[in-house]
Amino acid sequence: MEIPEIVGAGLIVIGAGVGIGRIGGSAMDAIARQPEASGKIQTAMLIAAALIEGIGFAALFAA
Amino acid sequence: MHRINLIKILTLLLLTVTISVNAQNDASKEAHGDSSHKEKDIKTEIKEYIAHHLLDSYDFTLFSYTTDAGEHKYFGAPLPVIIYDGGLKVFSSSKFHHGETLAEVDGNYYKLYHNKIYKTDAEGTINYNEAHHPTNEKPLDFSITKNVVFILFVAILMFFMFTRMAKSYKGNLMPKGMGRLLEPVVLYIRDDIAIPNIGKKHYRKYMSYLLTVFFFVWIINLLGLTPLGVNVTNNIAVTFALALITYLLTTFTGNKNYWKHIFWMPGVPWPMKIILAPIELLGTFIKPFSLMIRLYANITAGHIVLMSIIGLMFIFKSWIGSPLSFGLAFVLALLELLVATLQAYIFTMLSALYFGMAVEEHDDH
Repeated sequence: MEIPEIVGAGLIVIGAGVGIGRIGGSAMDAIARQPEASGKIQTAMLIAAALIEGIGFAALFAA
Repeated sequence: MHRINLIKILTLLLLTVTISVNAQNDASKEAHGDSSHKEKDIKTEIKEYIAHHLLDSYDFTLFSYTTDAGEHKYFGAPLPVIIYDGGLKVFSSSKFHHGETLAEVDGNYYKLYHNKIYKTDAEGTINYNEAHHPTNEKPLDFSITKNVVFILFVAILMFFMFTRMAKSYKGNLMPKGMGRLLEPVVLYIRDDIAIPNIGKKHYRKYMSYLLTVFFFVWIINLLGLTPLGVNVTNNIAVTFALALITYLLTTFTGNKNYWKHIFWMPGVPWPMKIILAPIELLGTFIKPFSLMIRLYANITAGHIVLMSIIGLMFIFKSWIGSPLSFGLAFVLALLELLVATLQAYIFTMLSALYFGMAVEEHDDH
């Protein structure tokens, strides 16, 4: 576990966190605007979050 | 229903063959030098336990413990080892004695080292190269390992589940038994995953595969959280087989529009078409590849974190540290339940999306 690996892992987690945080934020704004569409918005949010986590994990394993 | 059986058999065959590919699980960095000492530091012991838990094994042990005399006792059954080394050799894995002795079959000696079988001589020498990997010969491995047993078990379980569900309809639309349990899930997959992504015309062709893969991944993920020590989706060969079937289905059922979109995308100027073609072709490989990595990494990372936190309980050994770790492990286990279901859903949904792209009709841009 050398230093470059740890730094790389930290950057990956920052990237994944920022991405999912932004999606969560937009999803919450959208639900606030239209509460009746919250089911579809939740589904879309989970899908986007899983895709970003997929990249995050793949990069984490490569590091 | 015949479709489900055929696809299950196909899945099983592919899985048995790809397990022999012996994909190395590099997330579990094992402690190489410490396993020869008698007195083990608890941290290395935990590391070894986690590594052993994540890998496939040739016997079916439910649990093991070390008696006061220092010998290991195991509670379980050995599974058959089937290897092909100039001839088909079948023997029970109890000859390996959990990696402690050599197995002697027909004059050849085999040694179990880090869960792989190597051909060696009477002393059991393993030759290492510079990267500390063994360079002995490996025979082709078709054994019935623990993973294969559990895949077969889940396949038989799913078969009985779905035949009971089909029988519970009995000519009327309101089901009586198993149908009541499974009907909302099946309808959800049809109405919210298959039809929006594939379209009303072609979704029936893919429904059996989507149902199979959803229930299979869901049940296997849930079983991996039990203390049985099952970790089928932890094995990258298993997720590789599932992603391979998705890839084969999209390739062989893609219509002309699909291939046209890949190689000669309509509606863009012609220099762009030439640039886009290799990128799109690479995309067809990368999409199922990401399916494989996503499922494997989510489940494996969850298991590693969970087991590390449980191991933390043993390191603390205090009145305040261990219950807190236990609480954290409990919460994480609940999160793992959510992740298990979510990953099954995501796999199915993305497969449906790729099938939808394969059978898309031409619409004017």
